[in-house]
Amino acid sequence: MKFAVIVFPGSNCDRDMYYAAKDALGEDADMLWYQEANLEGYDAILIPGGFSYGDYLRSGAIASTSDIVVQLREQADKGVPILGVCNGFQILLESGLLPGAMLRNKNLKFMCHFENLIVENNDSLFTSKYQKGEVVSIPIAHHDGNYYCDDATLARLKENNQIVFTYENNPNGSVADIAGIINEQGNVLGMMPHPERAVEAILNSDDGLKLFQSMLENWRERYVAGA
Amino acid sequence: MLQAPEITPEMIEQDKVYQEMGLTDKEYDMIKDIMGRRPNFTEIGIFSVMWSEHCSYKTSKPLLKKFPTEGPQVVQGPGEGAGVVDIGDGQGVVFKVESHNHPSAVEPYQGAATGVGGIIRDVFSMGARPIASLNSLRFGNLNTGRVKYLFDEVVHGIAGYGNCVGVPTVGGEVQFDDCYEGNPLVNAMCVGLIDTKDIQKGIAAGLGNTIMYVGSKTGRDGIHGATFASEDLSEDSESKRSNVQVGDPFMEKLLIEACLEVIHSDALVGIQDMGAAGLTSSASEMASKAGMGMEMNLDLIPQREENMTAYEMMLSESQERMLLCVKKGQEQEIVDIFKKYGLEAVAVGKVTDDNMFRLLHKGEVVADIPVDNLAEDAPIFHKESKVPSFYEEYQRMPAYQPEVKDHAETLKQLLQQPTIASKEYVYDQYDSMVQANTVFSPGSDAAVVRVRGYDKAIAMTTDCNSRYIHLDPETGGKIAVAEAARNIVASGAKPLALTDGLNFGNPDKPENFWQMEKSVEGMSAASLRLNTPVISGNVSLYNESNGQAIFPTPVVGMVGLHESLDHITPSHFQHEGDLIYVIGETEAEFGGSELQNLLEGKYFGKAPAIDLDIETKHQEQLLVAIRAGLISSAHDIAEGGLGVALAESLFNDKELGADVQLAGDLTAALFSESQSRFVVTVPEKDREAFEAKVEDAQLVGTVTATNQLVVRNGEKEAITEDVTTLQQLWKGAIPCLLKSKA
Repeated sequence: MKFAVIVFPGSNCDRDMYYAAKDALGEDADMLWYQEANLEGYDAILIPGGFSYGDYLRSGAIASTSDIVVQLREQADKGVPILGVCNGFQILLESGLLPGAMLRNKNLKFMCHFENLIVENNDSLFTSKYQKGEVVSIPIAHHDGNYYCDDATLARLKENNQIVFTYENNPNGSVADIAGIINEQGNVLGMMPHPERAVEAILNSDDGLKLFQSMLENWRERYVAGA
Repeated sequence: MLQAPEITPEMIEQDKVYQEMGLTDKEYDMIKDIMGRRPNFTEIGIFSVMWSEHCSYKTSKPLLKKFPTEGPQVVQGPGEGAGVVDIGDGQGVVFKVESHNHPSAVEPYQGAATGVGGIIRDVFSMGARPIASLNSLRFGNLNTGRVKYLFDEVVHGIAGYGNCVGVPTVGGEVQFDDCYEGNPLVNAMCVGLIDTKDIQKGIAAGLGNTIMYVGSKTGRDGIHGATFASEDLSEDSESKRSNVQVGDPFMEKLLIEACLEVIHSDALVGIQDMGAAGLTSSASEMASKAGMGMEMNLDLIPQREENMTAYEMMLSESQERMLLCVKKGQEQEIVDIFKKYGLEAVAVGKVTDDNMFRLLHKGEVVADIPVDNLAEDAPIFHKESKVPSFYEEYQRMPAYQPEVKDHAETLKQLLQQPTIASKEYVYDQYDSMVQANTVFSPGSDAAVVRVRGYDKAIAMTTDCNSRYIHLDPETGGKIAVAEAARNIVASGAKPLALTDGLNFGNPDKPENFWQMEKSVEGMSAASLRLNTPVISGNVSLYNESNGQAIFPTPVVGMVGLHESLDHITPSHFQHEGDLIYVIGETEAEFGGSELQNLLEGKYFGKAPAIDLDIETKHQEQLLVAIRAGLISSAHDIAEGGLGVALAESLFNDKELGADVQLAGDLTAALFSESQSRFVVTVPEKDREAFEAKVEDAQLVGTVTATNQLVVRNGEKEAITEDVTTLQQLWKGAIPCLLKSKA
């Protein structure tokens, strides 16, 4: 399986994402500079965390206007799995690939620590190796992670089973304790917590590894079915 | 506002304009001798920053020479952007600490943020990828609105900058004492990893080679920052707010990535960041180190503001700028690399062979200075030194014997003292895990970052108990180094080397200079004995506000190596049934202690004694036991003594407890701050093996599953407390102080 990691100016979890795919999962991965990237031929696309363009405007807003997002949309429409973490999630929201918006954390401060997440939906190509209701320990590191959407959107998210992860103890004020959501087609996941930082026991948790393993397993199944 | 064209060389001499820039009459005369004429306004400005304490170390140089700087592990000692130690496999660790005290006192957010940015540039300009940041902070007590504001904004500034650049902030320390109320200390340390073959130097070598400028444009911010840092803070410091630079961490992040790509280009000769004294210091030092001269055309310097004078450009401390020396004819290779990151590399000058530092502006030569005299010949002052009367008084005092009736209540109060209390409020705001290598983040004795792809890790810490140094600078200086090493060893690593962040008051006062002298002597003795040479550092003097000096605060930033990931040892208790040992003797030593602070509200008497041979023995034997796999946890005993150390060892949400039997005077056993001690836990099965390896270890109790801390003294059960209760007090103390009305 071959992963693309998109690198924006100001991305800073790009290497972490690369190593999660390459070392922890043991698959191929390329880091692609946003201006030079050709996303054709990749089996999955990872949008890393960080501060694209310094996040001097709304988080992810400037990155969402770059040319690479046009390619990203094409791949999303084709059903290629896309995972956006932290700033990657914010970019997916700003580009409209996922519904909703991010507000400042309710205490108006950056926060970084492990949080317990509840797997609400294990019927996705990102979470099939988790149990439904399973509690996993994955770190957060964000200033603008307070997920917001209006009531109608929230109702749709619930109806379509698009809420994938929730916080056990909501740290940032997110609507409905939301930590991660998926698009209606089920191939674009955005989440604020960092699974790529929890892929080895020495990093104090390897609970994030199953997310990457789920992607691999689903790719294999599709590949075998398509072959 | 000073305007260059209006001030002639004659006026500078007559009206002593140089004094406003921090130069003395004697220094002016020296400069006139060097130049063979009267310096013009731009030239005198250049001299004033290069000869400021911040850049020239003119007061501290005689002291810094006392530090041991060599050892087989040292790859690069003091003199470059940062020092380097060998960690095997062709790899080195690059590190340095730097102060940003004065800027943070007047503009805490930007002062702290640019402190982080500056030290990170020092590390990647060596060619190293920054892998961790630490900091060492001092504030007044959290009971005035101003102190709370400084505390909040400094932390906010460190977070704002550090989080954005993607370097994890993994550790640090915060101490609160009244002496820092008007003059907080903000010291930032950065640690980088490098293949030693890639080490870069800040040199401008090769006649005719091109000098290139990269990064942010030059503005009027930070003019005379280095001079500002070299005088006392006073009421009108507020007017120096424009001396404080403004940081752009996004630009820094782009520079990191671009520079780490550029170091692999054959076109690069030398690289240095523009830190204190900006373009002046980077350019003149690069030329002087190479034994060459340099000519720059200031018309070519990228400028953010209009009509900047030569003086303003040369003295600006605008952030996120680098100066490169590039092989002539290969400039385009460098331009192309930076272009990828949206950065412009601009040719601004060339290397000459006349050893002159020559600046052109609008068709005129605006400065022409012998570069070696500028960079190397700042006068060295041997300041007068005098034993302070308060020191003699402290030494004469009988040993302080505190009276404690309720040990449980006292322990609770100590856990809520802000210097001891949990700093979660602070470090939760730092991204401590980016780069996905952090094994132990803030809150441990030492931070631990593994080296990806190898069976090894780096331990790092910052330490300095300035209360002991106030009481007895030589002993306190020894303790600062020993405690840093103790933290490194407790995590399972071998201490390698240190960087010193020397923060003192005004050195013109003989009592202050004596404190500097003695603390450096103490630190040197300990560095030598513990085999941790000093490989880089920073000096910040004139830390006074309204005539009152801070406690002498020579911060020690230390780095160690875990030779295997298996050696990494937590500071918290791990397993029910493990035996609890205290390594080291406990005497009744309360001078400078947290208990003295709690009961008396001040510090007096003798600092705790330290014997460096005993210290070394305890550290070496513990490390042997850790490497033999006999140790479940190890924690150094510091502020608040064994009582606090035991409680802290239980604050890891494992719902463990401890049942401890302490003999003799319970106040001393629990709260004395005797040195060279650890509390460790050992699996029952390893009891004999452990006792054979560590001589001075006393069995005091066992780890239980009760979630209670029980301390017995003879027949008496002196403390029986729920760990959860203690932990809540410890965790809640700082947020509670911040919320309370000033």
